[in-house]
Amino acid sequence: MDEKLTITQGPHVFDRLSTQNMMYGVCLALIPAAAASVIFFSWKAVALMLACMSSCLLTEAFFQRLRGKKICIDDGSALLTGLLLAMVVPPDLPVWMAILAGVFAIGIGKEIFGGLGHNIFNPALLGRAFLSAAFPAHMTVYSAPIDAFTSATPLGLMKFEAVQTDLWSLFLGNVAGSVGETSALVLLIGGAYILIRKYADWRIPVSFIGSVYILGEALHLLSPGKYPSGLFHLLAGGMMIGALFMATDPVTSPVTKSGKWVFGIGCGILVIVIRLWGGQPEGVMYSILLMNAVTPVINIATKPKRYGT
Amino acid sequence: MFKAFSGGVHPREQKEGTKDRAISDVRIPLRVVIPMIQHTGAPCRPVVKIGDTVKKGQIVGRVAQFITSPVHASISGTVREIKEAPHPTAGKSVSVVIDSDGKDEWDTSLRGRKDAAGLTKEEITDIIKESGIVGLGGAAFPAHVKLKPPKKIDTVILNGAECEPYLTCDDRLMIERPAGVIKGLLLIMKALDVNKAVIAIESNKPNAVESIRGALKNPDIRLEVLPTKYPQGSEKQLIEAVLKKRVPPKGLPLDIGCVVHNTGTAVAIYEAVCEGRPLIERIVTLAGDCIKEPSNLKVRIGTSIKDLLDECGGAVKEISKLIVGGPMMGIAQPTMDTPVIKGTTGVLFLSEDEARFFDETTCIKCGRCVDACPMNLLPSVYAKLVKKEKWEKLDDYNIDDCIECGACSYLCPGRIPLVQYVKTGKRELFYMRKGAQ
Repeated sequence: MDEKLTITQGPHVFDRLSTQNMMYGVCLALIPAAAASVIFFSWKAVALMLACMSSCLLTEAFFQRLRGKKICIDDGSALLTGLLLAMVVPPDLPVWMAILAGVFAIGIGKEIFGGLGHNIFNPALLGRAFLSAAFPAHMTVYSAPIDAFTSATPLGLMKFEAVQTDLWSLFLGNVAGSVGETSALVLLIGGAYILIRKYADWRIPVSFIGSVYILGEALHLLSPGKYPSGLFHLLAGGMMIGALFMATDPVTSPVTKSGKWVFGIGCGILVIVIRLWGGQPEGVMYSILLMNAVTPVINIATKPKRYGT
Repeated sequence: MFKAFSGGVHPREQKEGTKDRAISDVRIPLRVVIPMIQHTGAPCRPVVKIGDTVKKGQIVGRVAQFITSPVHASISGTVREIKEAPHPTAGKSVSVVIDSDGKDEWDTSLRGRKDAAGLTKEEITDIIKESGIVGLGGAAFPAHVKLKPPKKIDTVILNGAECEPYLTCDDRLMIERPAGVIKGLLLIMKALDVNKAVIAIESNKPNAVESIRGALKNPDIRLEVLPTKYPQGSEKQLIEAVLKKRVPPKGLPLDIGCVVHNTGTAVAIYEAVCEGRPLIERIVTLAGDCIKEPSNLKVRIGTSIKDLLDECGGAVKEISKLIVGGPMMGIAQPTMDTPVIKGTTGVLFLSEDEARFFDETTCIKCGRCVDACPMNLLPSVYAKLVKKEKWEKLDDYNIDDCIECGACSYLCPGRIPLVQYVKTGKRELFYMRKGAQ
């Protein structure tokens, strides 16, 4: 026997993309949004990003240590959760709250379920949901970019004051909102990158964005005075970061092709329902979390048809 | 382009090293080891004794069964041993070891029939059976069995897809011997009483396409160029791509009126029927970054891989993995003593850089395996169920439909050996069902 010959089952060659590449790749795709947030909110954005990322990484290491597992925080998943969490909190959030949210996101959102791959809810969104529940006052105060005066978000203005923000500002992002959600432009650049590199499946963003646009625009055409346009829905609030970076989280979205369509459309419908008829101006976070919850059911219901039948 | 099957992947083709290497002859080996298992079906039993003198083309192993195929001496000489020897797919097999007498003489009872037109379909099928022809694409299913289908066949598909990376043996055969390919196909059509055939070639073999097109004069045979995608050469996927029809679950191509043969098999059939040559040699692609001269060689059955490596100028770096077949479905070998058998399409000598080994990590449920699966299955679910030993549940997810093409494992970012889990799952399910009876 030639002892140096390795024996494994096939295949013996692999695609270049690994889980680690995927996680760091998505982090890379968030760099335009992170850069924009620094321009809009300066040091506050930097502090929040650092706080969230480090608390997520440390929490992950702590739990892995606690459970006697190999510490593998270098897989990039906790870093990504931290970065995403920072992107979706208000720029004026106290740093200690951001740290707490990071601990919650990883500890309760991910590690309690068994770590990477086992969690039901998107950890970053769960961290944000925790903040909304624990510190509602801080989670509803937003400041405008650059000048930093407290200001209502475009969705808040639309819902409570019937004031429409112009679409161009929404596209560029110089409006009030969470740290990294305001500029559709930079998020689309990052989103295009993750889709081209296949870090995420295209079906979810396409069905999510498509259904929000179609539903929003249809209602707008029925009652233009009452409901904003489809394009407004797409560009306002957390829609872009949600559809491109949150709903596409592989762990918490369906594995089947048709399931991905169902998931995206479900998110889209919920966003419109919450935004137009719910008590809150924004619904992206809850719609994704709700669809996360039904993902196991979607997987079962969309089991592919047997080949040749 | 809709000429495709669902799912599939695009591994790096890696065919540059050998696709322009013309098929060349090799020295007659001093010794051949001829396994009694070289086909799907009943293993042969040796019909020669130690010390017997054998001629090239003489039968050395056979068994009286329908699904089997006799094996022949590939050189003339003396039977030295009959023993268990390394086997590329079965691990070990009883093998007849023949030492060459240096004369390379044919068995004189063999004769060609240039007048193949006068043969009946039964005569053609019998010659193919006696000549030990099996599917040369890798699966090695006895060719004569596929020529006696219990149902009416209307289309023959000749498989020139060669979708495995590195391999170019069929490509070269189509380039160099287009007439043999077509004549073999006509014999298959005659044996099946079919007047419609398709030769299917992937688009990454333009020279083979041109060669076949140039030689093709029969209007009943259509040439189909398919967009390159793995596993196009898999029978069910090829049928789907060519005929837009799917073979039903647990079914065979003949259930939808179709039979698939490999291009190499067609040439072997032509040589058996018209030249009276049993299957004693085949074209093998030798490739990988460890060998000096990647080649396409015409190799006698039973030649050891070690001999072939010498023939290609030896190794230029340390061989980390020795694979018989392609890199997707091929089997890693523990030793260079493994012989070439009828189903050996290629031998790959890969360094550590080229055949990297990854540790399994966790499933992130990305669904890339589901996307890649050409059989509409959920590979990630198999891995989960096998780990939990829930064998009975595997049936609910139609695990037996899996063709083990490896597209899922190839794409898995967690490097989970999904095919390995499927094989384990199928085996355990099989034993469980057997135990229940």
